[in-house]
Amino acid sequence: MDMIAGRGNMAEQNTDKAAKVDTLSDRRVRVSTRDVCVFYGEKQALYDVSIDVPDRAVTSFIGPSGCGKSTFLRCINRMNDTIEGARVTGKIDLDGDDVYDPSLDVVELRSRIGMVFQKPNPFPKSVYENIAYGPKIHGLANSKSDLDEIVVSSLRKAGLFEEVKDRLHEPGTGLSGGQQQRLCIARAIAVGPEVILMDEPCSALDPIATAVIEELIDELRENFTIVIVTHSMQQAARVSQKTAFFHLGKLIEEGPTEQIFTNPVHKQTQDYIMGRIG
Amino acid sequence: MNSLVVAAVLLVLLGLAYQVGWSRSRTVAVGADRRLHSRPAYHGTLAAIWVLVPVALVLGLWALFGPGVTDSYIRSQIPADVAASLEPAQLNNAMARIRSIASGYGVLGEPQPFENQAGQALRQFQLISFLIVIAAAAGLGVLALFAARRRITPALRARNQVEAVVNALLVACSAVAILTTIGIVVSLLFEAIRFFTFISPVDFFFGTVWNPRFSTTGTGGEGDYGLIPLLWGTVMVAFIAMFVAVPVGLMSAIYLSQYAHPRLRSTVKPIIEVLAGIPTIVYGFFALVTVGPFLSGIGNAVGLDIRATSAATAGLVMGIMIIPFISSLSDDILRQVPKSLRDGSLGLGATRSETIRKVILPAALPGIVGAFLLAISRAIGETMIVVLAAGNSPILRLNPFEPTSTVTVTIVNQLTGDTDFAGPQSLVAFALGLTLFAMTLVLNVAALLIVRRFREQYE
Repeated sequence: MDMIAGRGNMAEQNTDKAAKVDTLSDRRVRVSTRDVCVFYGEKQALYDVSIDVPDRAVTSFIGPSGCGKSTFLRCINRMNDTIEGARVTGKIDLDGDDVYDPSLDVVELRSRIGMVFQKPNPFPKSVYENIAYGPKIHGLANSKSDLDEIVVSSLRKAGLFEEVKDRLHEPGTGLSGGQQQRLCIARAIAVGPEVILMDEPCSALDPIATAVIEELIDELRENFTIVIVTHSMQQAARVSQKTAFFHLGKLIEEGPTEQIFTNPVHKQTQDYIMGRIG
Repeated sequence: MNSLVVAAVLLVLLGLAYQVGWSRSRTVAVGADRRLHSRPAYHGTLAAIWVLVPVALVLGLWALFGPGVTDSYIRSQIPADVAASLEPAQLNNAMARIRSIASGYGVLGEPQPFENQAGQALRQFQLISFLIVIAAAAGLGVLALFAARRRITPALRARNQVEAVVNALLVACSAVAILTTIGIVVSLLFEAIRFFTFISPVDFFFGTVWNPRFSTTGTGGEGDYGLIPLLWGTVMVAFIAMFVAVPVGLMSAIYLSQYAHPRLRSTVKPIIEVLAGIPTIVYGFFALVTVGPFLSGIGNAVGLDIRATSAATAGLVMGIMIIPFISSLSDDILRQVPKSLRDGSLGLGATRSETIRKVILPAALPGIVGAFLLAISRAIGETMIVVLAAGNSPILRLNPFEPTSTVTVTIVNQLTGDTDFAGPQSLVAFALGLTLFAMTLVLNVAALLIVRRFREQYE
């Protein structure tokens, strides 16, 4: 009973949040997918996923391990291209542009859709160089001072500037795990993406670092459209406005986070929320 | 014949001991109030070890002192008056003839009566002494077997004892490798010091003229032993080799690790590694017969005087030889760079080439430098190619298209033909070897340190 009561509280908090974004369904659709299937060789990993990702909100994908949520996320910026034998069918649009259109430049696509990975993966360079890497390759800065500005503002947006301002030129790999992950978020922001994909960004972090990142995600949705994959239902409930539940490669249910967690339509969703599967 | 008998006796004894130990341990286990500590196989092995030790001791002692005993027996068989009339060299000769007679090979000329007699006696003596030794060894072995058998109880920790013996064996084997290395280094050092009693180290290390054959012309001087021309030749050839091997090796490593389809990679990599298995002498005559004339032909065509045997020829072919070292090692190192870094860069919209140049190569740089250093030390120590293709001209020259000579080639030259280790002409080889050893040692240690530091970063 306690657990259920706990969820009730959570739902109340969500009602507050939902009040801020009660226009979720009116929002512009940033990413829209229709009938997306993914195959790894002969094996089908994802079945007919159709979902809309709303602008300037956090959309979370939840579900048990191996349900295809990360696979789906990696379709959106075509990171599955790097996997040998992966094949994607269906349609994924970013602001109306077909992501899998052969004439679309994947490099440009990835500059519009940033990605944060499961394990913090800073480059073995200085903090400064880690952030400056993206702007440099995309030619976003015309001068050293432009670049400095991008680096500082990205670090500020990622809430990391105060902690690292004295060691911008020390290796990024020397930061703590949580700082490294925020460095990776700052690195993604520096390129000026519209959408940020996060693949279980807190799974390698301790609870305190996780709380910091969750707070950051909540702030970032003012400016970015965020899609987050998480195995933690609590995290999805805390940070997202829209939730999609995946099971065995299928999208079972999607809707406003509040509704998914308090009043799911499908029994499978309900079972997962209640901890009976996964 | 003798050694066959010894081996047979030893094998039979060991087999027997193993069987006895094995079955005895099973017998004592029946009705005992505790389980066998060790499996019967360990008891068998332990019994065999118990037998092996005394037998090996007896046989070893005989191998050590047997020849001396036989010698003194032979001398005692030569009549005193004959022995007194012979010079030491003649006496040795007579003893050798007696041995030949005893072994039945026969001798040149007619054997003297005393030689015949002594030969027969020696034959008897050898047979008897051999039988005694075998009997003693076998007897001791059987005694040891009984002792071992009595020790067997369920509580005997046979496994631990066998493991301790095996452990000691392993330690002994690795000690052999280490001690040999130390021995070589020490002998290099001492012979080099002997060389430096003839030629001062300053003249050796800083001399710019190499002309060791000077003394053989009889002018009485000791010749010039300046290391610099050789060192320069070595460095120049190694540098040319790296100039060829580094770009080709690194590019092919990048292709293999980053672009090639896994199936292609699994075919191409072993083929490249086959290059490393070609004997260097084959590269050497390839250089001499094909590459040298080819370079010289190109030189003629553009109006340059290029010698067929030159630093350039040797360096070029040596470069081809070390390509597989660089490409194979660098490929492994590039593939160790975590995939997450690659994904991170690609996820930021970097192209594959930007990712390789700006993320993967910098991350792998320490390891790749380590691979380069290993390749350089290989190039410096390489002998056959330079012997054949570098022209053997130990003169200090800057032009890579002129013949040159290296440290390794000079060692070969100084040690072929008549060698007299009393003079500096031959002893200089040790000083050169020591120099070479120091150079490659420093390079290898640096390379290993760098590679290890890189590994720690990502594992």
